[in-house]
Amino acid sequence: MTTVTGMPSRTPRGPRGRSGREGGRRIGSHVFLIILAIYFVIPIWWLFVAATKNTSGLFSSPAFWFDDHFALFENIAGLFSQQNGIYWTWLGNSFLYAFAGGIGATILSILAGYGFAKYRFRGRGAVFGIILGSIMVPLTALVIPTFMLLSQYGLINTPWAVILPSLLSPFGVYLMRVYTQDAVPDEMLEAARIDGAGEIRTFFQVALPLLRPAIVTVLLLSVVGTWNNFFLPLAVLTDPNLLPVTVGLNRWTALSNAGAGGEQVWNLITTGAFISVLPLILSFLFLQRYWQGGLTIGSIK
Amino acid sequence: MTIQTTAAPPPTATRSGRDARKPRGSRLERRRQRWGWLFVSPFLVVFAAFLVFPLFYAFGMSLFTSTLATGTKFTGIDNYLKAFTDPLFLEGLLRVGAYALVMIPAQLLVALVAALVLDSLTTWVSKLSRLLIFAPYAIPVVIGALMWSFLYSPRFGPATTLFDLVGLDAPSFLAPDTIFGSLVNIVTWQWSGYYMVVIYAALRSIDPSIYEAARIDGANGFQTATRIKVPMISSSMVMVITFALIGTLQFFTEPVVLRNIAQGAIDAAYTPNMYAYSLAFSYSQFNYASTIAFALGILVFAGSYLFLFLTRKQSGLK
Repeated sequence: MTTVTGMPSRTPRGPRGRSGREGGRRIGSHVFLIILAIYFVIPIWWLFVAATKNTSGLFSSPAFWFDDHFALFENIAGLFSQQNGIYWTWLGNSFLYAFAGGIGATILSILAGYGFAKYRFRGRGAVFGIILGSIMVPLTALVIPTFMLLSQYGLINTPWAVILPSLLSPFGVYLMRVYTQDAVPDEMLEAARIDGAGEIRTFFQVALPLLRPAIVTVLLLSVVGTWNNFFLPLAVLTDPNLLPVTVGLNRWTALSNAGAGGEQVWNLITTGAFISVLPLILSFLFLQRYWQGGLTIGSIK
Repeated sequence: MTIQTTAAPPPTATRSGRDARKPRGSRLERRRQRWGWLFVSPFLVVFAAFLVFPLFYAFGMSLFTSTLATGTKFTGIDNYLKAFTDPLFLEGLLRVGAYALVMIPAQLLVALVAALVLDSLTTWVSKLSRLLIFAPYAIPVVIGALMWSFLYSPRFGPATTLFDLVGLDAPSFLAPDTIFGSLVNIVTWQWSGYYMVVIYAALRSIDPSIYEAARIDGANGFQTATRIKVPMISSSMVMVITFALIGTLQFFTEPVVLRNIAQGAIDAAYTPNMYAYSLAFSYSQFNYASTIAFALGILVFAGSYLFLFLTRKQSGLK
């Protein structure tokens, strides 16, 4: 039985009495976990430390420890002055694209998930099968034709070029369908109808409140998905003022590596990268339950 | 292909994913079921506009060739014949194939072992480790690749300092013969935690009384893990491998970011996606770029479909 409540379904477990050699195995297990944890966390630690160094400190001081000179605030000031603070424009763009695309995708997923879960219209199985199959279509294969289609409608180099394709979330529809089937009892819908509520009112007043945990999960997944997208904005945006932060920082890196003629802004790249992951890390810590919510339905039986 | 969810089927509905039985009852009831179309239609519009239509469009584009001399003319499958004899495309395909063969087992192994260890512990150390191992999933792929490119760099990275201490030359992580391992490391770092959480969630949903029975039968911890736990979570493993396969064959972001610093080791056609990108945006060969993109799309779809078909017994997909 899988639940999609955003929490792995916990089965209560008593004290573990597995085999006799618990003590030794446990120390070994803990050492193993700690080594793994260090490996996974150390680049993030490095990013934090690097954000506090100026360019010469990045070259000269130890990679995983602070330089004598604490330059974080100078770097942040640098982000404001570099190209008239274009970095903050990028960050704003990232927020705009992620929330517009993510909220839109979530609304479409909620409606479609409810429609597939609670109605038995003709052709439902076939349409849903196609949507499921589309999860296996690599989205990157669509970037080039999407670029060409958007350019025919004059939408290249506008925010719409990123937002509109981001509304597509077949996986979100699948999640919402599975969750709706479980969380919204048919009897409740029947009762609402008998009381004279129309289909739309039934959906808003009966079903929607029950779907809250899944809505947060789908919203989180689609917002983060759009925030992380790279190929699409790289292809459809060329105006520096429209770039999301991922593409912008990559551009700075390319220029800094080119060296000749390109300005070297290593300290701004590290600080910019650090600031751009802060919202994600914070949401990760505070919304952990929901981050994992989309994963627990991985077990289809 | 239908997927049965574990949802308790409503009394009148058949199992989800199947074509439902003809709605019983009155014309009124049948009319009510049409509301379903209303709910799914907004999504279907987007689905048609940004998935179905671009796919057909790419296929259409791939059937034409345009040159300055002759203009655009219909060339049928010529572009596909060209693609599948194009060494740049074939090398890219072989390369992502090799990445899939190394990267997916690496990620799966780390994820599975970590999940099994976590499942056998309930201490605060294990809870914290679980969070930290999952953390890279919250870092955008571009930023993750940027971070590692700094760490690999001979100028900024820690390797130079470390090897200086013992008086050796640091290995280069960005040379043509080491870039493969460097990229495998980035992807493993980025995704293993995510897969671990998927597998861990599946492990937590196993009824622990089975372990009790195994213990009475004299199974030790290792046997319980390999003979009971792993078979019982095979469906989530199949999901993980499928997602990892789809992701790996589309390999794009990490090599593009690393290319900033390792021009010599990563060329513009390093992966099929990079090749399609450079054909379209550096050479404006949109017809041929569409061919490559569409061919890759078909291969990924067929590959993942085939994998799901071969593992349908383990995953419960019918």
